[in-house]
Amino acid sequence: MAKQDIALMAHLMRRAGFGATREELEALVEKGYEQTVEELLNTEAQPALDRYELVRYHPWTWKPGTLPGMGSVEWLWFMVNTKRPLEEKMTLFWHHLFATGVSKVDHYDEITMMVAEFREKGMGSYKDLLMSMAQNPAMIYWLDNCENHAHAVNENWGRELLELFSMGVGNYTEVDVREVSRAFTGWTIEPKLPRGPIGRHDWHFTYQEDDHDHGEKTFLGETGNFDGKDVIDIICAHPATASFIARHLYNFFVADEAQVPAWAVTPPQDQDAIDTLADALVESNYDIRSTLRVLFNSEFFKNARFARLKSPAEVVVGTLKLVGGFEFPAPGIGEMSRQPNYMGQDLLNPPSVEGWHTGTEWINSGSLMRRINFTADMVGDTGRPGVKSMIDHLKADNSISPGAFVDSCLELMGPLEVNKETRQELVDHAQINGDLNWGNESETSSERVSEMLQLIVSLRDYQYA
Amino acid sequence: MASTKKDPVIVVLQLTGGNDYLNTVIPYNDPHYRDNRPAVGVAEDRILKINDNVGFHPEMAPMQRLYDQGKVAIINGVGYANSPRSHFRSMDIWHTCEPDKLGTEGWLGRVTKDLDPNKENVVTTVSFGPSLPRALALPGVPVACVDDLDTFGMLPTISETDQRNKILDRFTRLYSPTIGSGFVMDYLGQTGLDSLKAADILKVAPAKYNSTIEYPDTTLARKLRGIAQVHMADLGTRILYCDHGSFDSHSNQVGMHDKLWHDVSSAVESFFDDLRENNAGENVIMLLFSEFGRRVHDNGSGTDHGAAGAAFVIGEGVKGGEYGEYPSTNTEDLEQGDLVPNTDFRSVYTTIAENWMGLDANPLVGGTFEKPSFV
Repeated sequence: MAKQDIALMAHLMRRAGFGATREELEALVEKGYEQTVEELLNTEAQPALDRYELVRYHPWTWKPGTLPGMGSVEWLWFMVNTKRPLEEKMTLFWHHLFATGVSKVDHYDEITMMVAEFREKGMGSYKDLLMSMAQNPAMIYWLDNCENHAHAVNENWGRELLELFSMGVGNYTEVDVREVSRAFTGWTIEPKLPRGPIGRHDWHFTYQEDDHDHGEKTFLGETGNFDGKDVIDIICAHPATASFIARHLYNFFVADEAQVPAWAVTPPQDQDAIDTLADALVESNYDIRSTLRVLFNSEFFKNARFARLKSPAEVVVGTLKLVGGFEFPAPGIGEMSRQPNYMGQDLLNPPSVEGWHTGTEWINSGSLMRRINFTADMVGDTGRPGVKSMIDHLKADNSISPGAFVDSCLELMGPLEVNKETRQELVDHAQINGDLNWGNESETSSERVSEMLQLIVSLRDYQYA
Repeated sequence: MASTKKDPVIVVLQLTGGNDYLNTVIPYNDPHYRDNRPAVGVAEDRILKINDNVGFHPEMAPMQRLYDQGKVAIINGVGYANSPRSHFRSMDIWHTCEPDKLGTEGWLGRVTKDLDPNKENVVTTVSFGPSLPRALALPGVPVACVDDLDTFGMLPTISETDQRNKILDRFTRLYSPTIGSGFVMDYLGQTGLDSLKAADILKVAPAKYNSTIEYPDTTLARKLRGIAQVHMADLGTRILYCDHGSFDSHSNQVGMHDKLWHDVSSAVESFFDDLRENNAGENVIMLLFSEFGRRVHDNGSGTDHGAAGAAFVIGEGVKGGEYGEYPSTNTEDLEQGDLVPNTDFRSVYTTIAENWMGLDANPLVGGTFEKPSFV
């Protein structure tokens, strides 16, 4: 099997999912790249996960309310076990984009429901999703549209809709913000019922006609008696929207871009790629599946191996999938779901409506140590099925030279590509104990493999996706 | 690294979950207290009276001893207007000083930056706990997050000393600027070496530590002992942070609240005993706060989310006593059944920032506030 094919397939699976094991990669290469892209896109051909499977073992994951740290257990279980990796990756994408958090929304339940909505609709039309978000109770509360009244306009949702969810700064005026906000007056939530004896009541969207501003509005040069739906139509007809979503897709799936607030002043690193994706969005009437097909089959995607840093969710889920043994919702899943938070990504609680800053901003001295120690702890456990399987691979040869030992480990851990100085350091390290032999040295050799894997995950190179 | 003069140090102990103010500093002479607390009220003969009006919860005997020595300031009625009664939101407001909009910068992150603008000391601020509290978060400001000082460092799973040294040497070489190039690789390299440095600095703390004080065997006591170790190692650490909880006593409050305050009081007393024994207490104050107090009337088993609470500031440099008025418990004075805050939480921060740390508080807490004179 050609080494380059495996490397490319590993790249695809890291980006369109949360990585794949060596065995999975080999099977996918047999199938071919384009076919694999189609299977990833065709999410509904695979069975959906049943959340009740999890609830059966961990009833407290059902509407965990305000229990700190409990919110992302269900999501972690989905990310690790899904048979539809791209669907789950897009769910994460939309959570980055429509960043909504418990720091303001009182409890996890409504945001978990928002995440379920991303899962259900995230591969379809962006325009439909935008409409769903405009009516999503958590979003309405998060951005104060419940305080946006016909006679007292609150611009929070209207502004973020334009600035962060669709067009980006620089494509509209302050008057437009005002007019958009007017169009969404009366889009609110039903009064929240007090907590019942067995928990909370869900929140519900409602349209209050008597609190809607029925007057004429002018938005981006068009005038009419607009409501929110008309505004979304106008937004989606504007080319800035397709470019803005394209740049988000590029930053999430292809290569690290500048942080969102800098986009108005910093051009994209690959304008042609953004244009290609924006065209795909427009031509498909904002169909995400069609756009992702273009993205994954493009040369700019295939050439972008290791061009971004992993998000904490990618670090944790990727590692759990690599070492295996986390499929069953075993005790301890709660602690696992907090790991991304320890690395700086508290799922369901982004730092602000702007979402997380990505790329190097994930990394500080504390978070880097967390990443390394968590991953090293996992790959250092020779009892885990994925680690065992890597050791078995190495056992195919009775005796392995330090150079071949390092190369095989790098191959099994990715394949991971490192520069030659780094490789030399690893070889020097392996050299300390000479050739890797099996037979009666089996136990020591397994420990040596475990140590080499730990050293590999502590490399800077391993932080790249 | 070690400073010659003793710089002021602040320890924060966050009481997560919403501590029940009324059962912590109990207005025992107030008839409304009994009326409102049929289920969770503390019997009068158990209350540790500190003056004619209020007394501590019965499990706070160690706090009472510190109070009697004049080392505890009780700040009454702390909070802010329009309390949202949500754990997450309220905690966020305390952390960012932004009651009206979502803030991303922690107030202690700003303090850290003021103290060490050139990032000369990677352990200026140390947090005991797995994740970074938003109070300490500020892009570009390093904070060491420690779970356990004894195992803190890179690759703790490789425990055999000789092997570990070899691996860490290798790590240093792999992260050196001579390998790899480009902004991201350089940034990762520098950050990795900073992490190692923080671990190297902090690992001397347990070894240098020498104390006869026996802390209780609790999670919080272990954190405070770690804080004492870091402080006494003279590493230039100025801010130390930890939390304890959950104080969210909606049901079965009585046993739960007893245990919480037993653990907090005993650990805090051991901590200050430890500092005193080592002559290291005069430049340390500790702030205890919770994101909100709880509802005045109990719910038959516990208490629901409320508004005003109490903060405590403890230390040798503290002027002990009560600060501010206990909010009125008259039914007509309550808001949605809750005590109305009469001291802004940013006032407490202002006193700490200006009178203790010697900084200009306004940009740190986002405005000018009264400055109760507890230090």
